Amino acid sequence: MSNQIIQGILLGGYYALIACGLSFMFSVMRIINLAHGSLAVFAAFALWWLASRYHIPPFVGLLIVLPLMAAIGWALQRFLLERSARGGTLLPILTTFGLAIVIDNMLFEQFGADTRSLAPYIGSLSYASWEWPGSIYVGKLAVIMFATAVILLGGLQLFLTRTRLGRSIRATSEDPDTAGLVGVDARRANAVAASIAMVTVGLAGAFLGMRATFDPYAGAPQLLFAFEAAVIGGAGSLWGTLVGGIVLALAQTLGAQVHPQGFLIGGHAVFLVVLFVRLSTSGLGLRGLLRLPSRSAS
Amino acid sequence: MSLLSVENLVVRHGLLQAVRGVSFSIERGETLALVGANGAGKTTLLRAIAGAHQPAAGRVLLDGADLTSVPSHRRVGMGIALVPEGRKLFVQMTVEENLLLGRTAGRPGEWSVDKVLDMFPNLRPRRHAKTGHLSGGEQQATAIGRALMSNPEVLLLDEVSLGLSPLIVDRVYAALQGLIASGTTIILVEQDLNRALSVSDRVICMLEGRVALEGPSKAVSRDNVTKAYFGLHRKSPGSVPA
Repeated sequence: MSNQIIQGILLGGYYALIACGLSFMFSVMRIINLAHGSLAVFAAFALWWLASRYHIPPFVGLLIVLPLMAAIGWALQRFLLERSARGGTLLPILTTFGLAIVIDNMLFEQFGADTRSLAPYIGSLSYASWEWPGSIYVGKLAVIMFATAVILLGGLQLFLTRTRLGRSIRATSEDPDTAGLVGVDARRANAVAASIAMVTVGLAGAFLGMRATFDPYAGAPQLLFAFEAAVIGGAGSLWGTLVGGIVLALAQTLGAQVHPQGFLIGGHAVFLVVLFVRLSTSGLGLRGLLRLPSRSAS
Repeated sequence: MSLLSVENLVVRHGLLQAVRGVSFSIERGETLALVGANGAGKTTLLRAIAGAHQPAAGRVLLDGADLTSVPSHRRVGMGIALVPEGRKLFVQMTVEENLLLGRTAGRPGEWSVDKVLDMFPNLRPRRHAKTGHLSGGEQQATAIGRALMSNPEVLLLDEVSLGLSPLIVDRVYAALQGLIASGTTIILVEQDLNRALSVSDRVICMLEGRVALEGPSKAVSRDNVTKAYFGLHRKSPGSVPA
């Protein structure tokens, strides 16, 4: 049992990574990005393409892909999401849904339906492990993923609380009009937030490709896991995202011990229970569901 | 040249014309009080100067530079800071974080977190408290401090006494007197006529989006201001009521 718990906690690091960007975009820009999973798969394909075509190892390829993802985030916000957000809350959701379809089919057209993986390009890291007392084997890649999640979330927390730009992003998320009146360029703050979110998506995509296989339509399940982890942890809290990821992964890992189909069912069951509890204790609506603070000032 | 000039400013909220061709100017170091009944257009005028509302017509000039199409966040960097009605603090952030936000696009100058805390000593022990947990007076002090952190040329104060007890209002105005004495240029929207007249050099009374009366605060009688306030007195251009 302790082995399953440790594996579940480490898998939670991956879910925290993929949920982090979704949660960040929603808490800052109030946009539910349904293209989140597809963008992660896009990053995975970009790394695979660099590795297979130019023999650039995935960890080195991140130096190219992460800035690219940041640029995509900036452009998405400036040219697509910002404009669609003017049309109300539903339009950005529909826009990102459409974007997900475009990305999925673009990847299908470019790379075909074959499943790919970055595992062949990272040597033994995909299967290497450390043996802990009690015959517990801990995968090195899983530890790296978990450590990356903790460092990323801690770094984001420091960035948001200790830097001028971070404070500007938080102010914009709380009250964009007043943020403008104190000198914050809300458009820039949102574009930076979108860039940061896309960098986290890029990282999640890299680990998706390293730990598993992916194909052009692998984005939807990743979006689902990210959404479940964000809702379980509460989208307003970065560390809550880590907790949400761990809870989801533990439920899946323990569910798999009960029944071969229990991996997904366990995760969904915990998600639905949390959803039900949230709805019954914090009132109806997405804001209460995601435990977001009110936007209204005093 | 006047520090700030407003020329024939027209601001609409949809079909409603909230400000109807208002013109005035303010000199460096002057304190101007904007008074008027609810709905007279004072707050809309102040927010248009700060860039929160785009005017339908007219111009806002700072030191001769046309700000009319400049977005609000850039106006802060040019020297205009607004203390909005209702404080509008970022309630999930601490006092210190709110103050530091005021410096985001501000100009270099003397104001710092410590100087604001010296001006409002009751904020010092609350420095790391979230502003949503502060009293009304502490919130107002934070809002004024946040605006001062940008080292403004012109400080716009919108209803700083609103919702505060008389004792707290006295404290806030005592702090404002210090700012006025230091030569800060201030445009003050205030419902309390006595306070507005006592701290300002000049007063403008607005009625239905227009200037109904304008003159030096010491020269205008309270009776005339009251008449203008309720529309019983109409401004004759260039004249100062006796």
